[in-house]
Amino acid sequence: MLHFKANAEGLAQTGNDLTGSLIRMLDTLREVQTPEGIDLHLPVAGLVPRALAWLIDALIRSGIYVALALVLRFGKTGLGMFLLATFIIEWFYPVLFEVLRGGQTPGKRAYAMAVINDDGTPVRWSGSLIRNLLRVADFLPVMYGFGIISILLNRDFKRLGDLAAGTLVVYQETRLTTHELPKGGAVRPPFPLTLEEQQAIIAFAERSASLTAERSEELAGLSGPLVEGAVHPVERLCGMAKWLMGSRKAAA
Amino acid sequence: MAYGLAQGGGVNQEQFTAQHEAEWRRLEGWIAQGKKSAPNSAEKASVEEFAGLYRKCCQHLALARSRLYSFTLINRLNKIVIQSHARLYGARRNLWQDVVRYILQDFPVHVRSEWRSVLTSAALFYLAMLAVVGAILIDPDMVYTVMDGDQLRQFEYMYDPANLDSLGRKAGREADSDLLMFGFYVSNNTGIGFRTFASGLFFGLGTIVTLLFNGVQIGAAAGHMTHLGYIQTFWGFVAGHSALELNAIVLSGAAGFKLGMALVAPGRRTRLRALRDESKKAMLLMYGTAGMFILAAMVEAFWSPVRSVSPEVKYVVGIVMWVVVIGYFIFGGRRAAR
Repeated sequence: MLHFKANAEGLAQTGNDLTGSLIRMLDTLREVQTPEGIDLHLPVAGLVPRALAWLIDALIRSGIYVALALVLRFGKTGLGMFLLATFIIEWFYPVLFEVLRGGQTPGKRAYAMAVINDDGTPVRWSGSLIRNLLRVADFLPVMYGFGIISILLNRDFKRLGDLAAGTLVVYQETRLTTHELPKGGAVRPPFPLTLEEQQAIIAFAERSASLTAERSEELAGLSGPLVEGAVHPVERLCGMAKWLMGSRKAAA
Repeated sequence: MAYGLAQGGGVNQEQFTAQHEAEWRRLEGWIAQGKKSAPNSAEKASVEEFAGLYRKCCQHLALARSRLYSFTLINRLNKIVIQSHARLYGARRNLWQDVVRYILQDFPVHVRSEWRSVLTSAALFYLAMLAVVGAILIDPDMVYTVMDGDQLRQFEYMYDPANLDSLGRKAGREADSDLLMFGFYVSNNTGIGFRTFASGLFFGLGTIVTLLFNGVQIGAAAGHMTHLGYIQTFWGFVAGHSALELNAIVLSGAAGFKLGMALVAPGRRTRLRALRDESKKAMLLMYGTAGMFILAAMVEAFWSPVRSVSPEVKYVVGIVMWVVVIGYFIFGGRRAAR
C-alpha cells in the first residue's frame, strides 16, 4: 500500500545505520535475547541514582535501628534481640526486598529502579545473596570505593557484587508516559523510519514545548529530507510524531 | 524495496493492532494479577495458555520491529514481553523443600566436591592456629607478639578459675545474658564468616589474610590459657561449640577461595564467566556455613557457659560434636546423591 522513491529509501537506510549505532553508543540500554529470539531492551541505571537510592535505604535502616533501640532498651535480653535484629537488617535488608518485592528496596522503588538477573528474569535468593554479601568487597577501601570504580568502568554499571551475581540494576517503566503533543494534524512520514528515528521525532515533539521557538526551528531543520520544502518544519515534525503515535487525523 | 515489502506486503499497523489487541489485553491482565507463588490446578491449565500467548506476543514484537511499526506500539509490546518473560521464567519453587534437601544432601555433597578449597582453607587456618599454640607453649612470651596486654588481661579475667562468675552462671547472671551473648555471637561470628568469604573477591588474598589472622588470634588465646593452666575454664567452655564454629570459618574461607580462584585461574572461561559460575557454587557452601555459625552461637550462648555440668562431660560433648560434624561432611548425602 505504500510506495517509496528509491532515493528516499537510500537516505533512510544510510541514516539508519548511523543513527542506530550512535544512539546505541549513547543510550544505556542493555540488550538481552530471550529463548524466543526476541531482544529485550533493558535501561540500566547509573551511579548517581543508585547512590541516592542507597542513601534512602541507609536512612530507613538507621530509622529502624533507632526505633528498635527504643523498643528493646530494657535489659540484656533486649540488647541481645537488638544485636540479632541489626545483624539481620544489616546483611539481609536488601536481600529480602529484592527477592520478595520484585527487586526493589524502598530506595530503589523511589527511583523506579529494580535489580534483575542479566537475562531479564527476577532476581532470586542465590543471586541476591551473592550481590549483597559481596557488598563488603564493594565497600572497600572506603565508602564503596571499589564498587564505584567498578560501576564507572562497566558498560552495564555493575558493581563487583553485580558482576559475580550476574545481576543488573535497571529502570522500571511503571507505565508508558504519554506527553501532550502540540496542536495540529497528523502528517505521514514520507518514508518508513527506524525505531531510533521514530523515537527521536517523538522525543522532539514532546520536548518542543519546553524549547524556544528558534531552537525548535534549528533542531527541526536538522532532520533533512523529512522537512524538505516545509513551511513550518516544527509543525511538520510534530505532525509526524502524532502519526507515529497512532493519530491519523489530518490537519483541518 | 525492503521497506516497501515489509510494510506494504503484509498488514498495516491498524489492522495488526485490531487483530491482536485482545491477546495483548489478556497478557496485560495476567501480568497485572501480580505474583502468586505457585499456581493451583485450575491455574495450571491457563499457564499453558499464558505460555502460548507469550510466544505469540514475542512474534508480534519481532514483526512490529521488522515492519517498522510505531514506537508506541513497539514499546508496549516490548513491555508486555519483558514482564511475561519475567513471569514465565522466574517461577519460584518450594523453598522449604529445597532447604530440607540442602541440609540432608546438597550441603555435605558440595563440601566434598569442593575439597580442594576446603582443605586449603582448613590447612591455613588450623596450621596457623596450632603453630601459635605450639610456639606459646614453648615460649610463653611469644603471645605478646600477636596480642597486646589489654586484650590478654581481658581474656585472663574471663577464664580465670578465681572469677568463676565471669564465665558461668553465678547469682547475678541470669538467662537474659545468655540471650545477649547469643545475639553477639551470631552477629559477630557470622559477620566474620561473611567477610572472610567476600574478601576472596580480591584474588583470594583477603580470605588468606582473614583466615591467618583468626587462626593466630584463636591460637594465641588457646595457647596462653593453656600455659596459665586455665584448662577447665577455657577448654571446658570452647569444647562444645568449637567443631561448628571453627569449621564454619574454614568453610567461609573455602567459599572465598572459590571466588579468588575464579579470577586467578579461570581455566577456559573468561574471568567474568568463571566468577559468575564459581560464586554460585560458593553460595552453596555459604548457606550451610551461615547455618553452622548460628548453631555454634546457640551452643556457645546456652550450653558452653553452663557450670552445673562437669568439664569432663563438656569434653565428651565437644568430641561428639567433632565426630558428628566431620562425619556429616564425609558421609552426609552419599546415598541420596547416587
